[in-house]
Amino acid sequence: MSSFWSTWIIVLTIACIVFCAVILTWNLKNHVGVKEGESTGHDFDGIEEINNPLPKWWTYMFYATIIWSVYYFAAYPGLGNYKGFLDWTSSNQGIKNLAESKAAVEQNRLEGKNVQLDREYAAANETYAKEFAKYTNRDIMDLAYDPEALKIGQRLFLQNCAQCHGSDARGQRGYPNLTDDDWLYGGTPDKIKETLLYGRKAAMPGWGDALGEQGIKEMTAYVLSLSGRKVNDKDAAAGKTKFGMCAACHGADGKGSLAHNLPFGAPNLTDNVWLYGGSVGAVEETLIKGRNGQMPAFKEILGEEKIHIISAYVYRLSRPEESSK
Amino acid sequence: MSKNYHEFFEKSAGWLAIGTVVAISFGTLVEITPLLFLKETTEPVDGLKPYTALQLEGRDIFIREGCTNCHSQMIRPFRHEVERYGHYSVAGESVWEHPFLWGSKRTGPDLARVGGRYSDDWHHAHLMDPRSVVPQSNMPGYPWLDENQLDGKLTPKKMEIFNKLTKGKMHADDEDGVMYSAEEIAAATDSVKGKTEMQALIAYLQSLGTALK
Repeated sequence: MSSFWSTWIIVLTIACIVFCAVILTWNLKNHVGVKEGESTGHDFDGIEEINNPLPKWWTYMFYATIIWSVYYFAAYPGLGNYKGFLDWTSSNQGIKNLAESKAAVEQNRLEGKNVQLDREYAAANETYAKEFAKYTNRDIMDLAYDPEALKIGQRLFLQNCAQCHGSDARGQRGYPNLTDDDWLYGGTPDKIKETLLYGRKAAMPGWGDALGEQGIKEMTAYVLSLSGRKVNDKDAAAGKTKFGMCAACHGADGKGSLAHNLPFGAPNLTDNVWLYGGSVGAVEETLIKGRNGQMPAFKEILGEEKIHIISAYVYRLSRPEESSK
Repeated sequence: MSKNYHEFFEKSAGWLAIGTVVAISFGTLVEITPLLFLKETTEPVDGLKPYTALQLEGRDIFIREGCTNCHSQMIRPFRHEVERYGHYSVAGESVWEHPFLWGSKRTGPDLARVGGRYSDDWHHAHLMDPRSVVPQSNMPGYPWLDENQLDGKLTPKKMEIFNKLTKGKMHADDEDGVMYSAEEIAAATDSVKGKTEMQALIAYLQSLGTALK
């Protein structure tokens, strides 16, 4: 802050407090020429104004706030550029990016500065870091059968994942069910953790223009036939001839990209698990418009320690009965 | 008998009003006026990018639908907020905001860093019918946003206004020093025309809080 604005703040603030003190003191004396407790002569409808002094309890409280303000301005940063003898700040101000923010935290720690938020974090770390440390170096497979870790994982899941996958983790239209053993990107501990850390982005293009109305009907019939549904055989046969364009992601057998060790997240079309619905209408809509499922990346939001534990929770979701690996 | 100075204010409504304004103006003069001239509150953070034409329209829909009545955009520097929402908000993220949408009421969660937290599809489902994805939500649905189309007639005008409001507050290494170039303004109408209000609002939401990185 420039010295002009600093001075501006200091002068106005102190003037304001002095002004309050003067007014208060002045008002404690009787200036109206009427003795205390006597009528001022103003009355209306039989209600009289008596010249009573300011209540003592109120006056003392007012003085107390003035005295408190003197301490407050001495201790805390309130007067322009003056930092206060406690050297206290709420957080690191004026940072331009996350790297600067991290550097400021470290710098203030080394200098022993009194930054409120950093202190809250330091205190929390002291309590929780050792809790998380118990789990960080253990295998996800191992944590998946540790009741304590699962409790933490469930809490984190409910706070951060339930918005899409539901509090029972069974998913909903467009958001995978995590309690079955059907996976788009892989259900091994490492793959689950990868999904949580970096997110996933599926991109099924729309084929409405390329296939045309009849083509969509035929392809829908073929796709549904893959999971054993009763369809018009002629349509399905016609759809099959064009499945080549789908095979790049879903595989020629329609078993999905995971079955072929490919990272596209293209669902298995031969089972009866439908991410966007398995009705004729829903499959047609998927084919016409395409789908763009997206799992956000949580590395920056939650940090690796928490994701490690959530991974274990998610891994275990599809194996509820097993009591150990 | 000494003079009763109280009477002067007590018996004249005009002077009482003037005296009141003087008394309450001290707070503004001390707490707000200096901020208008501080480097910290007038320089953008490194990652701050102007809203695209579509995001800008989405922001106006956010304002029109009164989203600020229930959602703040201000993460305070407390651990319980930072844990939930992400890094606390800093002044340099808001220097181009006119008007700022910090809000002061949180019936719903803070949205200052909601960008990238959910997929576009999720936002679509959630804005159409919040309970379809969050059963316990008490947020109203906004299904008409999916029907209303933007015509983009006022978009260039809005961008020009933003150019004026942010004059001298752009990044130091920004060569032309304006938020939107003449070409961007000329292309604005076409870039939003025919898009739904829903698309615009989602584009805006996905941009929130992504500047600090």
